[in-house]
Amino acid sequence: MTDTSKIDIRGVTKNYGDVRAVNEVDLVIEGGSYCCMIGPSGCGKTTLLRMIAGHETPSAGQILIGAEDMAHARTGNRGTALMFQNYALFPHLSLTDNVAFSLKVKGQPTAERREKAREMLDRVQLLHLADRVPSELSGGQQQRVALARALITNPRVLLLDEPLSALDEFLRLRMRVELKRLQNELGITFVHVTHTQPEAIALADQVVVMDHGTVEQAASPREIYDRPFSPYIARFMGGQNVLEARVTALNGEVGEATGANGVVYDVHDTAGLEMEQTIRLSIRRDKIAMKSADRPDRNAASGTVMNTEYQGTFVKVSLRTETGEEFIVYQDDAEFFANPSHVGETVNAHWDGALNHLLRGQNTSSGNPLEE
Amino acid sequence: MSGSKLVPYVQAAPLAIIMFTMVGIPLITVLVISFWDSDGISLYPMFRWENYTEILSRGLVYDLFLKTFIYAAITLVLTILIGFTCSYFLVFHVKNLKWQIALLLLCTVPFWTSNIIRMVSWIPFLGREGLFNSTLIQMGLIDAPLDFLLYSDFAVILTYVHLFALFMLVPIFNSMAKINPNLIEAAQDAGAGSWMILRDIIIPLSRTGIALGSIFVLTLVMGDFFVVRVMSGGQSASVVSAMKNNIDQLYYPQASAMAIMLIAVVLLIVAAILRVVDIRSELAK
Repeated sequence: MTDTSKIDIRGVTKNYGDVRAVNEVDLVIEGGSYCCMIGPSGCGKTTLLRMIAGHETPSAGQILIGAEDMAHARTGNRGTALMFQNYALFPHLSLTDNVAFSLKVKGQPTAERREKAREMLDRVQLLHLADRVPSELSGGQQQRVALARALITNPRVLLLDEPLSALDEFLRLRMRVELKRLQNELGITFVHVTHTQPEAIALADQVVVMDHGTVEQAASPREIYDRPFSPYIARFMGGQNVLEARVTALNGEVGEATGANGVVYDVHDTAGLEMEQTIRLSIRRDKIAMKSADRPDRNAASGTVMNTEYQGTFVKVSLRTETGEEFIVYQDDAEFFANPSHVGETVNAHWDGALNHLLRGQNTSSGNPLEE
Repeated sequence: MSGSKLVPYVQAAPLAIIMFTMVGIPLITVLVISFWDSDGISLYPMFRWENYTEILSRGLVYDLFLKTFIYAAITLVLTILIGFTCSYFLVFHVKNLKWQIALLLLCTVPFWTSNIIRMVSWIPFLGREGLFNSTLIQMGLIDAPLDFLLYSDFAVILTYVHLFALFMLVPIFNSMAKINPNLIEAAQDAGAGSWMILRDIIIPLSRTGIALGSIFVLTLVMGDFFVVRVMSGGQSASVVSAMKNNIDQLYYPQASAMAIMLIAVVLLIVAAILRVVDIRSELAK
């Protein structure tokens, strides 16, 4: 199963007139894995998904599914099934006939295909509604019908275009578990487009972060979250502070870089760095200790508390540093309430310099297309 | 508050008054007169069924209804074919909204002149010495002019199709334009080819428009006498032409009885269409 459902994308480009929606993307999605493509709107993730499904043709490059070139394989004939964002259920057909549609296309007799459709509806717990039409269903139910309709063809690859975005928070979390369970059960490749970071991290075996039509980083969720490639990914995936500094020492095991405010940061991964080069480091917001008595001058930050937000297991403390940048600390709730920070107070924070992560990528966009 | 109860009635009143005076009163008058007697000079108020029994006992009326049905049916089929094809082109090939509107407006250009002019303009084109016949003769395709072109059923139906195709096109375009393009892609994703998409997705989802357009075309054809008279050269007649003859001879009660029967028949057909397609619920979407 795994080899036939492997997706190999080689140098794929898609142009719409002068706009390059996808720009020379190389990407391998392992067969039987759960892949989440994430990025801001307009980053090309949906176009890439639609090219895998065959609804768009690449302007250049090659897409292989299970080592077969898909250039001449028609939509509906390449072992993929696409689940649309708005589900695209046929409004004039009953749930049974919606699910049975692709079997009808294959020319199966009515009784046989309805029986199979009912089995599939039973799997998504909707058998009792089999004779209703889609408009009589709730959003969550419609989504399960769309899932049943996609899966009845026994696809090698299931493509999901923002499948959870139309659901409310509660349903979204439930369907998320459902999708993961289904993928484990079926063992086929799922490619899931989303713009919600927690969704991608929770579901995926492989997270593909895109920006401006290119793949910025494709790796496991842990790698993406913990060791982001560029400032853009660190900011977009969240949970990190990005610090800008100048390399000031390279001799010895640990290099040093100095920020604009004179604070020195440890740099552990010095390969290829040069003196005086401007670099960016990321440090996880939840690894920072607050309220040191004096102001440390190494691996530290200080600033005025702008806001505190209670999040249940932690408190999000936003600081404004002397250089006017935002620095966020996720402080353990017990620790915070034992010695709370107040808005307007100036506090010092510091952390273990071994945790500084060098961001090698140069993309510094904030991930918000509206800012451009 | 007693005032708030009245508000909906006050709001509905203007339309109700117009409908009652412009539709209700004339219809009631026709219904009442259909039971009266007339000798071709004066009307005699009374209640009698003879106007109806007399019509139903004459074979000619059945022929007229049959003829009208045939006209209506052929016109319906042709306008549906034309309306559906044009809408399909506009919605699925033109795609760009500006061009769609521009081309749809272009279809309405003939409507800037009156029905009569559009009808009469066929005569010099189709006549024995007309443009079409003389072109064919000059090209050497035929030796003698084709007679069936003008003053024939062909001419009547051609004119109907020309006059009424737009009434079919617009409602079909309207319902077709509402089809979510993702549905077509979903069908493609299931492996359906274009013929199957047309049959299983586009036609079923355009049926409200087809039904509405059919009601327009049917009522227009069933209510016509002028096109039949002019374009058939007086050789064919419709139900309404018979009514017109009665009216010309001042047999108003007989004409009224026929009118009531025609209304009943048209209402039955419309009811049948509405049974097949639930226009109300579809329009509410």
